[in-house]
Amino acid sequence: MTTDTQTPLLTPFLKRGDDGTPYLAASRCDACGEIFVGERQICAKCCARGQMKPVRLAETGKLYAYTLVHRSFPGVKTPFVDVVVDLDDGAHLKGTLTDIEPSLDALHFDMPVKIAYREVVPANAGGQAYLSYVFVPA
Amino acid sequence: MSDVYIVGVDMIKFGRFPDRTVPSLAAEAALMALDDAGLSIKDMQGLYCGNLGQASGMVGQRMLAEIGQTGIPVTNVANACATGATAFRDAWMSIKAGLHDLVLAVGVEQMGKGLLGGGGGVSTEGLIGSGTMPSMFAHIGNEHTRKYGTTFEQFAKVSVKNHHHSTMNPKSMYQMETPLEQVMQAEMISFPNTKLMCSVNVDGSAAAVLASEKTVKRLGLMDRAVRIRCSTMSSNPFEDRQMAMPDFSGATRLGARVAYEAAGVGPEDINLIELHDCFATAELVHYENLGICAPGEAGRLIDEGITALGGKVPVNVSGGLLSKGHPLGATGIANIYEVATHLRGTAGQRQVEGARLGLTHVVGGGPGMGTACAIHILEKA
Ligand SMILES: [Zn+2]
Repeated sequence: MTTDTQTPLLTPFLKRGDDGTPYLAASRCDACGEIFVGERQICAKCCARGQMKPVRLAETGKLYAYTLVHRSFPGVKTPFVDVVVDLDDGAHLKGTLTDIEPSLDALHFDMPVKIAYREVVPANAGGQAYLSYVFVPA
Repeated sequence: MSDVYIVGVDMIKFGRFPDRTVPSLAAEAALMALDDAGLSIKDMQGLYCGNLGQASGMVGQRMLAEIGQTGIPVTNVANACATGATAFRDAWMSIKAGLHDLVLAVGVEQMGKGLLGGGGGVSTEGLIGSGTMPSMFAHIGNEHTRKYGTTFEQFAKVSVKNHHHSTMNPKSMYQMETPLEQVMQAEMISFPNTKLMCSVNVDGSAAAVLASEKTVKRLGLMDRAVRIRCSTMSSNPFEDRQMAMPDFSGATRLGARVAYEAAGVGPEDINLIELHDCFATAELVHYENLGICAPGEAGRLIDEGITALGGKVPVNVSGGLLSKGHPLGATGIANIYEVATHLRGTAGQRQVEGARLGLTHVVGGGPGMGTACAIHILEKA
């Protein structure tokens, strides 16, 4: 998808490609193969230097762990589903699972999910919209 | 190499003291620990002071301004939930290194109420999952459920147990029974952690006087002394999912392995444990991380009462962070106070009979920050 390229990005590893298409930036270590969310220079796993290559995170994966958040900070709408996803490229990413009933019955280990890009309004940003990523059922 | 001993240790009753200052809370525990040792601040050759909330505020020096400025070296320490234990370990190291013979370690915290977590800047809360501590530890519990089928009820039983223990501890923030239904039906914070399964934010302080072996003998304090069999720390080794879910298990497993090796004992030798039950889910995970059961058996341990007072390895007989309270910088030394009290045989109603070896564990950190873990094994001298 393309979005209004004026909309600020909510997290540093969320980027826009040359054509404005959003993606999640990652780094892959050529020495050990580990994929890290975001850009980095040195591998935290194998300590290799100069081996990091920029890649884009996979946009599909499976639900690894979840919780239903009922109490959060002021101004944050609850309940919401906070998940850890094992992406299909081997990376791991935390996020909010949306477009689903916020109930335990709707959540299953290893259920397939995918990444979508949405405009959201943070609780403390004075109504300013930001572009973020969410997980949705695949 | 000669051992280091605890010759004085105490904590204030945890509670909410908004009208007090951090140095005054620290001073109260420091004087209690000095009195317990029968020593004076003039006898101390160094001070290690742990505090998070005023980490840049020279709390140690301000405490000495209240109880006596003798000019000793002061080191102020901040290390997440391991802050107090880190101060204690630094004191231990200074004696182990031969620099000092008598050193004071203090941990202190004054906390607000409410949720911990989050950070500065535009909030991603609710939009990119949750940054609250209850949510992080919900994921950790949920991972255990995924691997081993651990149930909401089993996690809740941890809270029932620790609240029960606290009814026997006059220094605990709370002394109330919380039956299983009450725990499970309490306000849900982040499933499966209900409000009664989250540690209590309280103010508190704890302190210990550490001494070299020759000094313990010279002062004739061996009958009240507790031997520090090992003092170990670890940080989070790389874990595959660490960017998505902060990892407290890797550091604990690493710390435990090093601790047992350094002490020359195994988990089967330990008579009681004070571990970091910041959330009910954490306690079960740490049974396995500390090696008191095999992976997947934590649910059985809580079901069978093995970790309750009277069981084979009582865990958190103080009431734990869940009921005694969790004043971040004080917690590590408060855990050491609890175990030392049992080893001295003076824990009263909650005494673990015949306790000779005890273990304390704290582990803290947060999303994107990493982990600090400290483990001490203490022995009746
Ligand atoms: Zn690598």
